[in-house]
Amino acid sequence: MSDTSINKPETGEAQFSDFFALLKPRVMSLVIFTALVGLLVAPGSIHPFIAFCGILFVAIGAGASGALNMWWDADIDRIMRRTQKRPIPAGKVTPNDALAVGLALSGFSVVLLWLATNALAAGLLAFTIFFYAVVYSMWLKRSTPQNIVIGGAAGAFPPMIGWAIVTGDVSLESVLMFAIIFMWTPPHFWALALFMKSDYDDAGVPMLTVTHGRRTTRNHLLVYTLLLAPVAVGLGFTAIAGPIYLTIAIALNAWFIKGAFEIWRRDEAQAEADHYKTEKAFFKFSLLYLFLHFGALLVKPALAPFGMGGW
Amino acid sequence: MAFSKDHELHTRRFGRNVSLAVVLVALIGIVFGLTVVKVTTGQPLEGFDHVARPHMIPQEGN
Repeated sequence: MSDTSINKPETGEAQFSDFFALLKPRVMSLVIFTALVGLLVAPGSIHPFIAFCGILFVAIGAGASGALNMWWDADIDRIMRRTQKRPIPAGKVTPNDALAVGLALSGFSVVLLWLATNALAAGLLAFTIFFYAVVYSMWLKRSTPQNIVIGGAAGAFPPMIGWAIVTGDVSLESVLMFAIIFMWTPPHFWALALFMKSDYDDAGVPMLTVTHGRRTTRNHLLVYTLLLAPVAVGLGFTAIAGPIYLTIAIALNAWFIKGAFEIWRRDEAQAEADHYKTEKAFFKFSLLYLFLHFGALLVKPALAPFGMGGW
Repeated sequence: MAFSKDHELHTRRFGRNVSLAVVLVALIGIVFGLTVVKVTTGQPLEGFDHVARPHMIPQEGN
């Protein structure tokens, strides 16, 4: 058997759904949600159709960066169980096709976002795509255990872009929304890395669990969770939030810190004994944590017509 | 009777081609919709060329 036969794609025609899968629809849904919240809480008004187009182009841009990431990471995606069914390792889409889709949609989304809204929003989208595809995927992911920390910025830009679509600028509120996702990403992924341990090891991706061990990862997870709390609660004192957001943020962060503290207290023997129950629960809660924070930001615009919700 | 029998490739790619057609039609709709919105809301239409036009700059007192 020759070496080339290992990487040879299976025969079969790529369907539209395979190309759609290149865009990482699940990540895209989070991008749409956070960008939409950034847009809805921003001061000022925008025509609903332009708002719809703005969010659509942000989603397409995020999808394009996902396609570029899959093109670059096809070799390690083949190794990791979690990613083996992606379109390229599954042999449904060729790497060149994925690259073409990623580049075409990147240009398309940035140019149309510029034409539909403004240069700052388009510039932020272009930088986000560059950051995820080049800075994170190509430079950081395989070279440093800080990959998740710095790379998390790519996922944190969408609410800032949503804000810029309406206002055309960057402000304290949009920076804090960015900071919540940026600080949330490391504990979220490190919890995943703790219980998906063989995947990253096998692929040689220098996750903190691989390079510095599980004890250090547990320490880092707790520290980042503690640093996240003041950012998330601090947003509650700005003009876009109100007492309802603040109450929800305090409750969510108390719970999140409790979960991180429990992870920190455990050692590997305890974690393996209950099949990483605490780490898995923390990971699931982390998704809810982000969703509820951004959902709580919508309370104020929803109650504003009745003169309630804000400070 | 058909002039020629469809190649097997046409059959395999039918779903993909239809989906692509739907996406392209949606794109036309979006660009048309954006044009209508920009025109009807009176937004500047000359903002994206390379020359700063004096009449595009808001004047004080206007």
